[in-house]
Order: sequence, then C-alpha cells, then structure tokens
Amino acid sequence: MPLSTQSQGDAEHYVLVASLDNARNLSNILKAITFKDHAIFSATPNGLKVTVEDSKCLQANAFIQSEIFQEYTIKEDSVGFQVNLTVLLDCLNIFGGSTAPGVSTALRMCYKGYGYPLTLFLEEGGVVTVCKINTEEPEEPVDFEFCSTNVTNKVILQSESLKEAFSELDMTSEVLQITMSPSQPYFRLSTFGNSGNAHYDYPKDSDMMELFKCTKTQTNRYKMSLLKPSTKALALSCKVSVRTDSRGFLSLQYLVRNDDGQICFVEYYCCPDEEVTED
Amino acid sequence: MDCVVTGGNVKVLAKAIHSLSRIGDELYVEPQEDGLALRSVNSSRSAYACFLFAPLFFSRYTIPIGLAFRCKMAIKSVQAVFRSIATLEKTVEKCHIELDEQKNLLTFTLHCKHGLVKTHNLSFQDSESLQAVFDKDSYSNVFRSHPRLLVDTVVHFPPSLEEVTVSVSDDRMWVKNHVEDETDRSKAMLTELCLASDEFDHFSVQELRGLLVFAESTGLPISMYFDEPGSPVVLSVTDSVLEGNFVLATLSDDSNLRKNNTKRACTPPPPPDDFMNDDMDSYLIAMDTSVMPGPSASRPPSPPLTNSTSLKQTAAANHRTRLPSEEEDEEEEEAVDSSGPPNKKFCSLFFGSVRPPSSQMTTQPLTGQEVLASDSEDDVQ
Repeated sequence: MPLSTQSQGDAEHYVLVASLDNARNLSNILKAITFKDHAIFSATPNGLKVTVEDSKCLQANAFIQSEIFQEYTIKEDSVGFQVNLTVLLDCLNIFGGSTAPGVSTALRMCYKGYGYPLTLFLEEGGVVTVCKINTEEPEEPVDFEFCSTNVTNKVILQSESLKEAFSELDMTSEVLQITMSPSQPYFRLSTFGNSGNAHYDYPKDSDMMELFKCTKTQTNRYKMSLLKPSTKALALSCKVSVRTDSRGFLSLQYLVRNDDGQICFVEYYCCPDEEVTED
Repeated sequence: MDCVVTGGNVKVLAKAIHSLSRIGDELYVEPQEDGLALRSVNSSRSAYACFLFAPLFFSRYTIPIGLAFRCKMAIKSVQAVFRSIATLEKTVEKCHIELDEQKNLLTFTLHCKHGLVKTHNLSFQDSESLQAVFDKDSYSNVFRSHPRLLVDTVVHFPPSLEEVTVSVSDDRMWVKNHVEDETDRSKAMLTELCLASDEFDHFSVQELRGLLVFAESTGLPISMYFDEPGSPVVLSVTDSVLEGNFVLATLSDDSNLRKNNTKRACTPPPPPDDFMNDDMDSYLIAMDTSVMPGPSASRPPSPPLTNSTSLKQTAAANHRTRLPSEEEDEEEEEAVDSSGPPNKKFCSLFFGSVRPPSSQMTTQPLTGQEVLASDSEDDVQ
C-alpha cells in the first residue's frame, strides 16, 4: 500500500496512526455530527471518539471502534486534539467523494502529538494527497452526567418510522416535546407551530418498537433548533434508542452501519428546555 | 363534523388539497349535506376552485346538524398534514377529520402502518361562504379531453409563463403565448400549438397546473367550458364521488366592452403586459362591469342586482354551439406574432347571492355573500 510505505520512517514519531481503505467509513459518520465547525477528537486504544457541542446544551458523539480501522496504533492511553471538522471533511472528500462502486479513497490519519497538525494521507487511483490540518487545545467536553442507573424511560425504535416523523416535523414549532409513558400515548412526539399542534404516537406494541421500557410518565420539551441536526444521524441509522433520565435529559443513540456493514454509534445528548413539565 | 377517508381516497383528498393550494392561500371548508366542499380563491378573485366530495367518498360522513358550519384555514397547514403523497400512499390506512367546535380546532388524524398515529389539530377561522357564480351548461363551448392532452399542451410552455391565449374556431383550438414587441427577440420564444377542433380567450395557466396534476393522477377526463372573452372559463373533473371545478377569469377583447354600462371608472387600457413578470396588476387596472347582450339561456336569471356594480356573465344570444372534441393532434410552430395583444379589460368573477333551484349541484351558483372585485390598482402578491 503506497500510503504505509511512504511514512514508514515516521512511524515512531506518531502517537496515533489510523488507516482506512475507505475514507467514507469515517466521513459519513462525521457528517452525522457536523452542526458546528469544531470537533474534539479523543482517541483511546478502544477507538476514536469525535465530539461536537452546541452551547453546552447539546452534545453529539461519534464512536468508531479500533476494529473498524485497517490499522490502528496508539502510543498513549489517551490522545486528544481539536480540529475544524468542516476542513477535515473537505479533505476526506478531496477526490470529489465519488460514490462509484469499487472506487474509494484510502486514508491514513497520523498525529504526532500536542502542537502538531493532524496529517492526512489520502490516496485514490494512485494519486496521493497530503493534508495537514492545524490542531488546537481540546476543550473539555461537557459531562451530561447521564448514566444508565438514572434512566427512567427507554425505547428502541427502528429508524425507518422515526425518519418519517422527523422529516415532517413542523419547523415553526420552537420545541419538540417528547412524552414517554407506561400508558397511553406510550411514546409521543409533539410540535406546537403556527397552524396548530401535531402529535406522532408510537404504540408500545408497534412492530417498529424493538424495546419499550417506561417506568413513569414523563413529558419534556427540547429546543427544535438543537434537535434538528440529529436528523442526519437518524438518516444514517437503522435503529435508535431514546432515553430520558430523572432530570429530563435526553439521550439519543443511533446504530449506524457503514459501507462495509460494520457497526458504529452516534449519540446525542440534549438538555430539556427551561420549563420541564412532569405529569 | 366527523368524516373518515380510507385507502386510496386519502391520496385523492391530499392531491385535491395540493391543487387548491395552487389557487390561493386559504382553504375554505364547508361540510354540506351533499358532500364536503373544499374551496379556494386567489387574492384578486380571478381564479377559484372547488372540490366537492360526495358522502360516498367517505367511509363515514357525519355533518353538524342545524346551523351550517363553514371555516377557513391556512392551506399550508393542511398541506403539512398530507406532506408527502408518496408516503401517504404507502403508509396511511385511514384519515379521520373531526371538528371540535368549542376549541375551534379541526383535527386530522392519520392512522398509519405499524400503529403510528399522526394527529394534527389545526385552528381555523369562521368564514363567509365562498361560492363562485357560474353555469357550465350555459356556456357556448365545451371541450373535453383526457388530462394527458392538456398536460402535454401546457408542458411546452415555460413554468414561469403567466398566461396563454386560447383561440377557438369551428374545428381547431390554438394555444399560444404572447411575445411582446419590446422583448429581446433573441431570447423570446413563441410557442403555438394547434389542437384540432373565434373567440380569443386569455386565461391564467398557473392555476390550471393545479387542476392538471390532480386530474392526471386520478385519470379523470377534464371538461373545459368556455364562452366569450371576459366570461370565466370552467375546467371540471367529475366522477361518481367527487366533482372539482376550477373557474378562471379571462381577459376580454376591447370590442366587447363597448356595451358596458359601468359605475366604476374604466382607466385607459393597461400597457401591454410583460409575460415574464407577474402581470396581475394589469388585470386590476381596469375592472369592468360589462353586461353581455342577450338573455341567459334557460337559467333563472341572476337575482335583481340592485347593486349594479356586480358582474354577470350570460351567454350571448347568438352563440354557436360547439361539440365537445377530443382531437389529439398537435402542431408546434414557432411564429413571430407581429400584432400587439388586444387591449385587455378584465372581468372578474361574480360571487353572487343567487339562490339555485334545488336540483343543482352546489358548486353551481348558490347562496353566498356578494364579493366584488376591487378596482384598486394595487399590486397583488
């Protein structure tokens, strides 16, 4: 492989080297969380986590396990940096992002450590491009303190049915209200727009509902503008889990299959809108 | 009011609403004994459409007893309920329309596959009745065809085109656009289609597209009723459970207007309009109250119009009858039209207070308040 032989000599200097035969396995999943320019990269021996935040109220994380990469070498327990995500995506698509079968861009991502740029070696059809993207001191991602022990309600739905609802959401509504309950209406998405309100109800015995575990009736509102970006992750996913905890914080976890059928996860955390109503 | 639409009829209802949205911004809903009437009119009152869904169209049709209920709502809100026609077809099993009079809400509930239930509670306003006065049967010309013919005709014109001219003689119909003298000749294109089967009628083609989309999807033939220039043209689709009528105003020739007796001032003929822009203002520049000569054909005359500023369209006494034609050959030729457009005066539709004989369909002249076109020179939209 031309990429690996090229930088063989530098191998000792990199604290992180991650290679993919198909860069789309990274770029597609990153597109699902690109609602802000900057992303925090956090690499551990388990894999890569990319975090994007909005106003401390919304956080999106993309997880790409080390097994997804054709090569994944990390010399420290944890490597972190921050880069401009839009620039990174532009580089990953530098060969035009062709979706022709059999044609893919190979990627070798290398990082020497604090203060060094993120180096990308991209190859397609024998042509190699080297991109160096400046890195910044990584900010500490917000800890939403969302833990499974505090989860009051959880459902797992097939994405297909939720995709339809999200594509039809009344965007004149400032909030998206989510009601989860052990009794009717079970799982309800509501909007309150200019022309009136709308409710999308999913019964607990729907064949789209893979798991339904609701312990108490909760209704929470979230700013529509914060949740709208999650539609991209929803579009890529085949399943989504929706969880709320006792504070009304929302966790959306999306199961995404990449081009090669491997599984990655995207997760969104969102704070409830100021007035939290609990029935 | 409590109605249920099931299966494929949900899509038909959705398409009707989408095609009404091409006419105006508001949807007028009136549940009647003979069916649910959905109507729309454009802001200048030069185009009107009405779909009447007979009770048989519904699997359940219950209307409020007593005082007639009418309301209007923003058509965009209703369109949002039936957003994606393709998805509707695949997923919606039934649509329930219910009225909550106390909360002033009209609720559309879509029961979909996999148990998903979508509920839309839309607010509405009480409204006056919206009825256009027209009598298809008294028109001198009728043309009926499969919508495909009209779609194929309209497709030759650019989507931005506002108006077409339809000329009819004994055996042929021409449809063409008009090219202004001032228009840059190198960019101008005149398209003229001749459909086999003397009257010049101008009418708006934008609203027509709404009907065509509906008719094509349902496969129903479209009947076109028209008369003299200035009289509205009516396009109609009918089957056993629904009737849709689109009434479009037309521009009349100057010559016809010498018989006018008008209370409103006629300003000088508008400048030739520019097809590339919205030329609705030229329609409004001269509002007219022309009274066609001759008695109405066997119809009850319009009520004594004490207010003489209202309009009437009655068939001319010596009209020639035309047979419906279904000829399909078309020719397209590029020709330069050297003469300017005829001077245009606009006759708007008359929404009158005509009480019909009970046997008539309710989309025909009916009770309603009088709505007169304004003679303002303001821009529309």
